[in-house]
Amino acid sequence: MSKQFIEQIQVKELVARGIVKRFPGVLASDHVDFDVHSGEIHTLLGENGAGKSTLMKILYGMYRPDAGEIAINGDRVRFHSPLDAIRHGIGMVHQHFMLVPTFTVAENVALGLPSSRRVLLDLDVVSKRIEELAKTYGLQVDPAAKVWQLSVGEQQRVEILKVLYRGASLLILDEPTAVLTPQEVDEFSETLRRMIDEGHAIVFISHKLHEVLALSDRITVLRSGRVVDTVPAVDATKAGLARLMVGREVILQVDHPEVAQGDVRLAVHGLSANGNSGLPALRGVDLEVRAGEILGLAGVSGNGQKELAEVIAGMRRPTGGRVLFDGTDVTGALPGKLLDHGLSYIPEERMVDGTVRDFSVAENLILKDHHRKPYAHWVFMDSAKIASESDRLIEAFDIRTPSRQTPLKSLSGGNIQKLILARELSRDPSVLVAAQPTRGLDVSATEYVHRRLIEQRSAGTATLLISEDLDEILNLSDRIAVIYEGRIMGIVDREDVDVERIGLMMAGVSEQAAGNASA
Amino acid sequence: MGWETWIIATLSRTLAYGTPLLIATLGEIFAERAGVLNLGVEGMMIMGAYSGFVIAYTTGHPWLGILVAGVVGAVFSIIHAFVSVTLKANQVVSGLALTMLGLGLAGVLGRGWEGLPLFTPIHKMTVPVLSSIPVLGPILFKGQNLVVYLTMLLVPVLWYVLFRTRIGISIRAVGESPATADSLGVNVTRIRYLCVIFGGFLAGVAGGYLSVAYRPSWTQGMTGGMGWIVIALTIFAFWNPIYGLLGSYLFAALYHLSFRLQAWVSPELLKAMPYLFAILVLIFVAQGTLKKKMGAPAALSVPYTRGEE
Repeated sequence: MSKQFIEQIQVKELVARGIVKRFPGVLASDHVDFDVHSGEIHTLLGENGAGKSTLMKILYGMYRPDAGEIAINGDRVRFHSPLDAIRHGIGMVHQHFMLVPTFTVAENVALGLPSSRRVLLDLDVVSKRIEELAKTYGLQVDPAAKVWQLSVGEQQRVEILKVLYRGASLLILDEPTAVLTPQEVDEFSETLRRMIDEGHAIVFISHKLHEVLALSDRITVLRSGRVVDTVPAVDATKAGLARLMVGREVILQVDHPEVAQGDVRLAVHGLSANGNSGLPALRGVDLEVRAGEILGLAGVSGNGQKELAEVIAGMRRPTGGRVLFDGTDVTGALPGKLLDHGLSYIPEERMVDGTVRDFSVAENLILKDHHRKPYAHWVFMDSAKIASESDRLIEAFDIRTPSRQTPLKSLSGGNIQKLILARELSRDPSVLVAAQPTRGLDVSATEYVHRRLIEQRSAGTATLLISEDLDEILNLSDRIAVIYEGRIMGIVDREDVDVERIGLMMAGVSEQAAGNASA
Repeated sequence: MGWETWIIATLSRTLAYGTPLLIATLGEIFAERAGVLNLGVEGMMIMGAYSGFVIAYTTGHPWLGILVAGVVGAVFSIIHAFVSVTLKANQVVSGLALTMLGLGLAGVLGRGWEGLPLFTPIHKMTVPVLSSIPVLGPILFKGQNLVVYLTMLLVPVLWYVLFRTRIGISIRAVGESPATADSLGVNVTRIRYLCVIFGGFLAGVAGGYLSVAYRPSWTQGMTGGMGWIVIALTIFAFWNPIYGLLGSYLFAALYHLSFRLQAWVSPELLKAMPYLFAILVLIFVAQGTLKKKMGAPAALSVPYTRGEE
């Protein structure tokens, strides 16, 4: 291994004092104090916009603070770019992986590093060192594999290897568990423990409270750019942390009242479809959802969930099988026709498929019914009616917007999702397909969305809830189906749920085998 | 004319005509590999052709002409680099502007120079011994100039740089995922500037070759759409210098045939053939799924701003 890594300083302690960072109109960091030392996991907890990522990017040299100072092992440091941070022994694993998909693992690791052969690449040397590191930390991965061929969990290992290879002794991990199956999370925490034992310092960013409690040594809660409190993990509770984050009591577990289930509203039989790459994404999916029921579809990202939602919503043509609404065959019907059948759809990509970013809030609210009464008369729009209805929905769904004329793009993610909910739920849907309805939302917005979905269930809607957040599925669903490589591995009733078993099914183990393994 | 002579003459001319295409394509491959689409090739080439001719004519040194042509192309390309990398403007618009600017400027400046014969062009040479090999000898080693050979040598060198060196991996990473490269301390702006300027240099050299070696004289619009063919060839080559060589010579052969076959086929159709071929290539490559596998840089023509992934 090259010399400069051995000489790199070992971060024993990093202390940030009085960090201030202003963006136009926002104080993203307001005199933040933060410290982390070797051998501990210090978690940064906070809602979206609380200032976690700003602080993180300052520590990693991506932003320069307006005021305040950072010291490593007692010496003041100034970072002008990530390169400076890397030189000081800091490494970061980004939430959205920073990998070049067409490169091999070794190429990704070698990128940006000096080579032992000067201008030529030394990928064999790099590969050897990767294998050593993989052994030490339990991060098995083939250095010659192309990154796009790897599972999400493996890609994350590459990210961590990349950082360790650079000799980082302080690791910043941005929501690392968001994309992992429960089993992968277990392996991941094992890796973290090994790193701590080796004397690394870890800054962990997350909003999953139970993981935060299980993994951290200390927890710092941020709200509106300010540090609310720093507490040892042993003294913290979920409810207490949620209160610190949000600033009020939060109901983490939504009520799940008994609801009498009705007829089958949505049925899918032997459904097959291709993904964008032209390869099969769904291979014979059978599902039924009854009135007053939430069917949760669990699975690791990219196993056909997106395609299933799109086929049901009429946005993707199936290659086989049927979709039935209330017993009527609607396979291949256009989205407009499905709306008339009482379908509401909360799409995964809310900015792409769910809204028009340059339209106003009001225009987005009436998007699906703008061509009919009460919004339209013949070719004319009834602006008075549109105004009054939008105001009513803004009020009823608590959409925080300066006005109904505000362009959608200036709203926060949570408020955009509330807008979509307002539009979709106010149509009183018979069938609701909700794809990743809380992805990227903070605790309060998530709580709100969950409450609305449960209310809709009580109102008799048949809901297909597609989510990669297993906790969300477990909290809301009456039954849980697990999808893997376009097939349903099994369907479990709410009462019989066993997280380990679901985790195994998510990894492709059949329901029966998973039952045996976890029993 | 016997068929053997006919083939030899055609292939020999193919090498001569394919060379400027190849030089400029190699440059565009580097710019696009770094994520910058430069549609200004035609403009940079014509500026290179003009300045190369003027220098060669006034100093009597054709190689100095070629060098200056490259420098002028490089300087010209800085406009595109500044607008598209620093100002993060639309690369298509900026590239088109560069082409129009180049054509216009060279047209105005070159008025008095038109029709002058260059007394000191780069001479054709005959390689001793090798040129006496049957068939291959007269194609490859007779009546070509040094630029043809230097360009052939450049191909493996640039392939090696792109795929086997540190700078190469950085260039490809910048074109695939600039945010990743940035997060690992690769200077995205610098790499993009360097690649665009390198592309401009080669486009300028390609233009200089036309007016100092191939023609050798200066006429307005003498690049005749070559810059556009280069854009298509870059895609056809799947952003790989080796395929760039194959594509350039194949295209040159088609172009040359369009003269040779005029006795039998309608010349209008033949003239359209190379361009028709270019369109076919673009349609073929534009198939979305194919594009991914064939190595199209994922961040091509996307400006990079730190913190906006």
